[in-house]
Amino acid sequence: MKYLKFFIIGMYFGVVLTKAEVLSWYRIHEMFLFQSIHMFGIIGLAVVTGALSIFIIKRWNIKALGGEDINIVKKDYHKGLLPGGIIFGLGWALTGSCPGPMFALLGNGYSVVLVIVLSAIAGTFVYGLVRNTLPH
Amino acid sequence: MEWITQPWPWYVSGPLLGLMVPLLLYVTNKPFGVSSNFRHVCAIFSPKSISFFQYDWKKEIWNMVLLAGTIAGGCIAHLFLSPSLSLTLEAQQTLLAEGIPYEGDLFPTYLFSWESLLTVRGWIMMVVGGFLVGFGTRYANGCTSGHAIMGLSMLNVNSLIAVIGFFIGGLLMTYLGLPYIL
Repeated sequence: MKYLKFFIIGMYFGVVLTKAEVLSWYRIHEMFLFQSIHMFGIIGLAVVTGALSIFIIKRWNIKALGGEDINIVKKDYHKGLLPGGIIFGLGWALTGSCPGPMFALLGNGYSVVLVIVLSAIAGTFVYGLVRNTLPH
Repeated sequence: MEWITQPWPWYVSGPLLGLMVPLLLYVTNKPFGVSSNFRHVCAIFSPKSISFFQYDWKKEIWNMVLLAGTIAGGCIAHLFLSPSLSLTLEAQQTLLAEGIPYEGDLFPTYLFSWESLLTVRGWIMMVVGGFLVGFGTRYANGCTSGHAIMGLSMLNVNSLIAVIGFFIGGLLMTYLGLPYIL
């Protein structure tokens, strides 16, 4: 039962990704060709909404529903941010889906996306294998 | 309630997507992110020799449950909320020039299908593409959820570096790679 809230929030995520058309290869392709404001507007307003929420949480020291302090931890700098990001971007433009949308696509019934998910898991596994040889 | 089955404009979708940040923080006290789940799956099956996958993945089950919910949400939207796509004329003309059929569906089955997996193009776009996403996201320590939405919402410069990388890679592939692949 303690996982139910995550499942419900995940459902919300899946509905929004689908109705926002964010999971569409066409939308990602169009974004990289700068042919529509759609994706830029969505990412921009999502960040504004998230930033406002975090500002409110910090400004008024809002506690989580369970009563504890809310953990807001920034990711650290390391040398892989840019090269890793570029590698991710190469794959993003090919598949047209980042990790979240992959799962929403599966829910939409496009079973072949399973191939993309398994390939992504393989990519992460290989990263784990060669991690020590990469600059960080 | 009729609006919910109509196409959602970006200025409605954007804030609704951004709400994932306070929803997770306030209700569950967890940060928003998706790509770590690829690592958790590896951690479940990895041999002991790979130190990167040696951690207590059971503490991260919540994140995998979130994605199970995402699958269910996609299913609900597909069945009841009439998802569709309407591209600008310019984008449609580009697709026409690229030879990619577009009929208002979200997903180009012409490019992504079990049959096309057997073609060089399909194999590159699904297998190589997925591999690059999985490798890159771990090397960059986050994806579009964890860096672009959660990270930028925290005004984290490190996340901005990763997001700039996402776009450099995406533009390189779109302008230098895809013309040969499509």
